[in-house]
Amino acid sequence: MPYPYKKIEQADIDYIRAATAADRVWVGEEIANEYYRDEMPEYGVFPPELYVEVINKEEVSAVMKYAWDNNIPVVCRGAGTGLAGGATCKYGGIMMSVMRMNRIFPVDHKNQTITAEPGAYLVDVQAAAAAEGLFYPPDPGEKTASIGGNVITNAGGMKAVRYGLTRDFVRCIEAVLPDGSIMNFSSNVVKNTTGYSVKDLIIGSEGTLCVLTQVTLKLLPAPTCTCTLVMPFNSLEECADMVPKVLELPFVPTAIEFLERELIDIVERNLNKMFPVKEGNAVLIVMYDASSQQELDSAVEAAAEAALANGALDCFLADTPERAGTVWAVRGGILEGMKADSVAQEECDVVVPRSRIAEYVKAAKKIALSHGIRVEPCGHCGDGNIHTEMLRGPEMSDEEWKSATHASLTELYALSKELGGQLSGEHGIGNGRLEFLEEFVGPRMIQLYKAIKLAFDEKLILNPGKVVEFNKPAAE
Amino acid sequence: MKIVVCMKQVPAGTKVDIDPETGAMKRMSGDTRTNPYDLFALETALALREKTGGTVTVLTMGPPQAETMMKDAYAMGADDAVILSDRKFAGADVLATSYALSQAIHVLGDADLIICGRQTTDGDTAQVGPAIAEHMHIPHAAWVAEILDADNTAIRVRQDLVSVSQVSEIPYPCLITVDKDICVPRLPSYLLKKQTAGKPVRIMGFSNMPDQDLSRYGLVGSPTAVERMFAPPEIEKQVRLEGSADEKTERLFEILTRKKII
Repeated sequence: MPYPYKKIEQADIDYIRAATAADRVWVGEEIANEYYRDEMPEYGVFPPELYVEVINKEEVSAVMKYAWDNNIPVVCRGAGTGLAGGATCKYGGIMMSVMRMNRIFPVDHKNQTITAEPGAYLVDVQAAAAAEGLFYPPDPGEKTASIGGNVITNAGGMKAVRYGLTRDFVRCIEAVLPDGSIMNFSSNVVKNTTGYSVKDLIIGSEGTLCVLTQVTLKLLPAPTCTCTLVMPFNSLEECADMVPKVLELPFVPTAIEFLERELIDIVERNLNKMFPVKEGNAVLIVMYDASSQQELDSAVEAAAEAALANGALDCFLADTPERAGTVWAVRGGILEGMKADSVAQEECDVVVPRSRIAEYVKAAKKIALSHGIRVEPCGHCGDGNIHTEMLRGPEMSDEEWKSATHASLTELYALSKELGGQLSGEHGIGNGRLEFLEEFVGPRMIQLYKAIKLAFDEKLILNPGKVVEFNKPAAE
Repeated sequence: MKIVVCMKQVPAGTKVDIDPETGAMKRMSGDTRTNPYDLFALETALALREKTGGTVTVLTMGPPQAETMMKDAYAMGADDAVILSDRKFAGADVLATSYALSQAIHVLGDADLIICGRQTTDGDTAQVGPAIAEHMHIPHAAWVAEILDADNTAIRVRQDLVSVSQVSEIPYPCLITVDKDICVPRLPSYLLKKQTAGKPVRIMGFSNMPDQDLSRYGLVGSPTAVERMFAPPEIEKQVRLEGSADEKTERLFEILTRKKII
């Protein structure tokens, strides 16, 4: 068993410094607090013993090999924008940042792909593709995320309805295994039935199986026209009921999101970003991409007519980049707005079949309210991934908040399961949702997860205590 | 209350074709869009109408293709739309443009309040609005950043004028030009778009102008001689700061200070 892990000593520090560079290694108190946690400190704050910024796969391999030989836990860190408490040193050890490995290679036009190192920012990858007239569709709300982080967590985002998830765009991966070996998973080919699809298993493994050192991503021709529709409704229920109606139309939307007026008010009040539609207690935001204006006009007209036929008060058309920008800026400001408007947040990231969205949304609000929590459901209702945001008011004690959120989450996950959903749609398990996982997927599935983890990392040194938890260390 | 909003269709983006012979912008080429500043003007007008009642008329000078922009204004809630279009108006500078627009406003029976965007993204002079007011002998406030109050007799506005903010109460009739960020313009409504699909956009020409002196309009009425016109080079650049948080902060402070931003 790996526990207890070896504590880092001077000899370890010296070795890592020699294998990388002295000015890229920080130890103990020198390590900035931001590396103790991700975007959700609620899911754990853990100081690393050593923090190193690596610059190439050879360094990654050297650090991993040393850690493997010496039984030191390692956590790979990208931009730290995760929402599951995933990129944290739960058992101390080494935090290895790949943010200096941020090269983006020229677009490969013949293969329609782009290759990047894991530390490249998602926005920069998107921009590099766009500069060549191509399009990298995955578009999670967090634009300052790293591409490596996106791949290793299988990031989703708003455009999943039409284009799918990050996994759908990863052609091949170069990665370092926990023992330090450098491996390639698949290659720049369109199809591949060679053995198990390990590449697809790595994507979404939350940094527990290997460390990415390079990813090659599929690109699409950029859509030439786009329009965002805002459909105001009197109630959230009507809004949710509209989702399947939009999906029934013969046009595939790029994104479907909903927002309640209360949430819009929070963003307007705290971030001074004004929403261009004042009507309605809840709004459904539907985006269409098309390759011709005619196709776009047909989609917009069909969706607007369907909205009006189903109780929408009107349908507003954000048909220019500026107009769409005012809509999406408010949607994109939700997390920041809620952080400014509450003492703490807890989030439920379930995904339910699209046919059950309305049922989930209606019931979720009641559940959280029954435990005395302010709740704001919002999210990607086009793919059934509803973010149920729970907000802590200043009047709640630590104990009250903890027990109320725990009780709410337990019920919400049970509800999701009952509706045929899953525990997490896109934020992952990390550390934050670990306690609910076994109950949700069952013991046989956990056994499979453990077997997979051991196949890659029998010493349990890579991001231990995330997604799967083996025996707890005696100290706990 | 009668509000007139002046709008202009401008080239979309920075890719502008210049006629090498005349140095003038080729308006028919490429994609067009509503001058973004004018949408703030229209929103300001529509919000005032909700408060005080009345009508909002949008007015533009340009080719008949401007109808697309005017239909869009209908879908945002404008009551009436007029395009001032005539070959005799072509090639107009600030003086001739503002004169023609002031004449058109007279034809429309004048207005209590005229609202323009602060400037256009193609001409960039920010002078047409104030010049209309001068031709009409009415007071104006340019670069209005906030409407503080308005009723059926006067409007109270705050202007941000580089180093000072000025609050003014101006009785009607008057003209204001509004800054971007004064509001978030509403989106066009599908319902209004359908309702106004058959609603005509009025076209007005030289023959409708009260002043029939041709030397006041178009190229003839424009004392401005354009020597050369070109699209400015794109100057957006990215600087990446490396180092520790302290080093980066220090470096950022140094750059911003050198550029006199702080």
